[in-house]
Amino acid sequence: MSDVTQLSGQMARTGFSLPKLGRFRGLVNGALGIGLLLVLWWIGGWIVETSDDLFAFADFAPVPTLSRLWEMLMDGEVVAMSGPSLMRVGLGLFYAIVIGVPVGIMIGRMKRLNEVANVPFQFLRMISPLSWMPIAVMAFATWDGAIIFLIGMAAVWPILFSTAGGVRRIDPAWLKVARNLGANPLHMLFSVILPAIAVDVLSGIRLALGVAWVVLVPAEYLGVTSGLGYAINDARDTLEYDRLAATVVVIGVIGFALDALAGQLIRKFNWVRSDWH
Amino acid sequence: MAVTRMKDQTPSQPSEGQVQEPAHPRVLIGAHVAVKGLSHSYRKADGHVLEDMDFEIHQGEVVALLGRSGCGKSTLLHMLAGLTHPSEGQVVINGNVVEHPSPKWVMMFQAPSLYPWMTVAQNAGLGLKFTRRGYEIAKRVPEVLDLVDLGAFANRNAQELSGGQQQRVALARSLAPRPEMLLLDEPFSALDAFTRRSLQQDVRKIAKDLGLTLVIVTHDVGEAVRMADRVLVLKANPGRIAEDTQIALTEEERGGGTDAFAREHARLMGIYAEVAEMGNAPTENDFTRLSE
Repeated sequence: MSDVTQLSGQMARTGFSLPKLGRFRGLVNGALGIGLLLVLWWIGGWIVETSDDLFAFADFAPVPTLSRLWEMLMDGEVVAMSGPSLMRVGLGLFYAIVIGVPVGIMIGRMKRLNEVANVPFQFLRMISPLSWMPIAVMAFATWDGAIIFLIGMAAVWPILFSTAGGVRRIDPAWLKVARNLGANPLHMLFSVILPAIAVDVLSGIRLALGVAWVVLVPAEYLGVTSGLGYAINDARDTLEYDRLAATVVVIGVIGFALDALAGQLIRKFNWVRSDWH
Repeated sequence: MAVTRMKDQTPSQPSEGQVQEPAHPRVLIGAHVAVKGLSHSYRKADGHVLEDMDFEIHQGEVVALLGRSGCGKSTLLHMLAGLTHPSEGQVVINGNVVEHPSPKWVMMFQAPSLYPWMTVAQNAGLGLKFTRRGYEIAKRVPEVLDLVDLGAFANRNAQELSGGQQQRVALARSLAPRPEMLLLDEPFSALDAFTRRSLQQDVRKIAKDLGLTLVIVTHDVGEAVRMADRVLVLKANPGRIAEDTQIALTEEERGGGTDAFAREHARLMGIYAEVAEMGNAPTENDFTRLSE
C-alpha cells in the first residue's frame, strides 16, 4: 500500500512537472505566448476564410499578412511609414516632458499650488485627447502640428502626475542636508531633486509613451498622408487587408520595443537597492 | 552585538582604543558662538519654546545640550546652524550674526541621509561641490574618508554600508568642507550600543584633533559625559538653560569603567533628574535605559 503511494508520489513529482528552464525561462515563456497568439490568429483566419460571409477578408490571416510584411520590410515601406509616426510621437512626448516635468516639480514642491491645480488638472486629464481634435485642427496651421498637439495632450498627464508624486516622496532630510552643505537652488534641482525623482519621471514617460502610441493612430487619420495611422486608413480604402494587418503588426512590434526600451532606462536609473538599510 | 560589530568593522579600521595620528591639518580656529537674548515661539499664541537664552561656546569646545524630549534643544541647534530663525535675539558666530545655513557650521542628523544614487566618495564630496570647491574633491575626499576609517569604501554605493558606516560617511561629508563647527542632533541614537560608543569616541577625537567646536544635542547622560567638555542642561516649558556644568575627565577616563567616570555620570544624572523634575534623586540603575 505504502509502496503504491510512494510510487504515485514519485510519478507526480517526476512525470508531471514542467522542465526547469533556468535562465531561458523568460525567453521560452515569451515564445510560448507569441506561439499561442499566432495559433489564435490562425484559427481566426481559418474561420474567416471558410465563412461564406467573411471570406473576402481572408488576407487578415497570418500567412498572407506575414508574407506581405516581409515584402514591406524588404522594399522599405515599413521604415517609410514608421518614420513620420515615430517623429510625431517623439515630438509630442518631448513637449509633454518639457511641460510635464517642471510643472510636476512645482506642484510636488508647493502644496498650495497643488491644491489649486488639482481640480483643473484632473478635469483636463479625464478629457479624451481625441476630443481636442476639432480644436487642434483649427488652432494649428499644419496637420502635423495638430497631431503632435494631440499626442502631447495625451502624454503630459502621466508625466506630470508621476513627477509630482516623486517630488512629494523625496526625503525632506535630503533637502535639509543639501541646504546645510551650501546648495543653491540649482544644486538642489540637479544634484538632489532630479536624481531622486529620475525613476518616477521615467515611469511617467513610460506610461505616456504607451498612451501616445495608442493616440497616434487615430490622430493620423487626420489629413496627413504619411505614418502608420494613414497607412491603415489607406489599406482599408484600397481593400489591401494583408497590408492593413501587416501595419497592425508593425504598430504592435514598435510599441512593444519602445516600452521595453523605457523599461531598460528605468532599470538603469533606478537607485533603489533591495538591501537598503 | 558581536555580529553588528563585525559588520561595522572595516578592513582599515583600527582596534578600539588604538591611537591614530591625525591625517589632517589642524584647523586652528574653531567657531566661537555667542547666543544673545534668544527666545523662540512657533506661533505667538503658543508661548515660548525657548526663553532668555544667553550663553557662549568657546573655540574648540565640545558642548552637550542635554534635556528631555520637547525641551527645545533640537530647535536651538537648528538656530545655531542657521536653519531656523529665532523669534527674538540672535546667534553670533565669530562675530557675525547667523542668518543662513553655512558649510562652515555643519549639522548632522539622527539619520545619515546619504544620497542613495551616489557612491560613498560622491556623498562625501558634496559639500565641496556645492561651495564651488570641486577642484579640492580629488584630494580632500580620500583624506576625510580615511579619517572616518572608510577609505576602502570610496567607490561603494552608500546603500551597501551598515548604519554605523553610513553615519561615518555623513561625518566625512560634514568634515570635507573644513567646517569650524559641527552640530550633532542625536546622531548616534539609531545605532547599536557598540557602534555608538566607538563613534562617540571617534567624533570627539576628530573634533579635538582638528580644533573644531562641537555641539551635541542629546538626552543620553552617558553620551554627554563621554563626549562633552561642558554640558548645558535644559528644562522644558519654556526651554531654558537650567544648569551649565563642566565635565572634568581626562580622555582616558571618558572611555568609561573608571570611578571618575561613574562619579561624573552620577553627578550629571542627579542634575538632569532634578531639572527634568523626575522626583526623588535617582540611583544609577534608574537611568540605565536613558543613558544607553
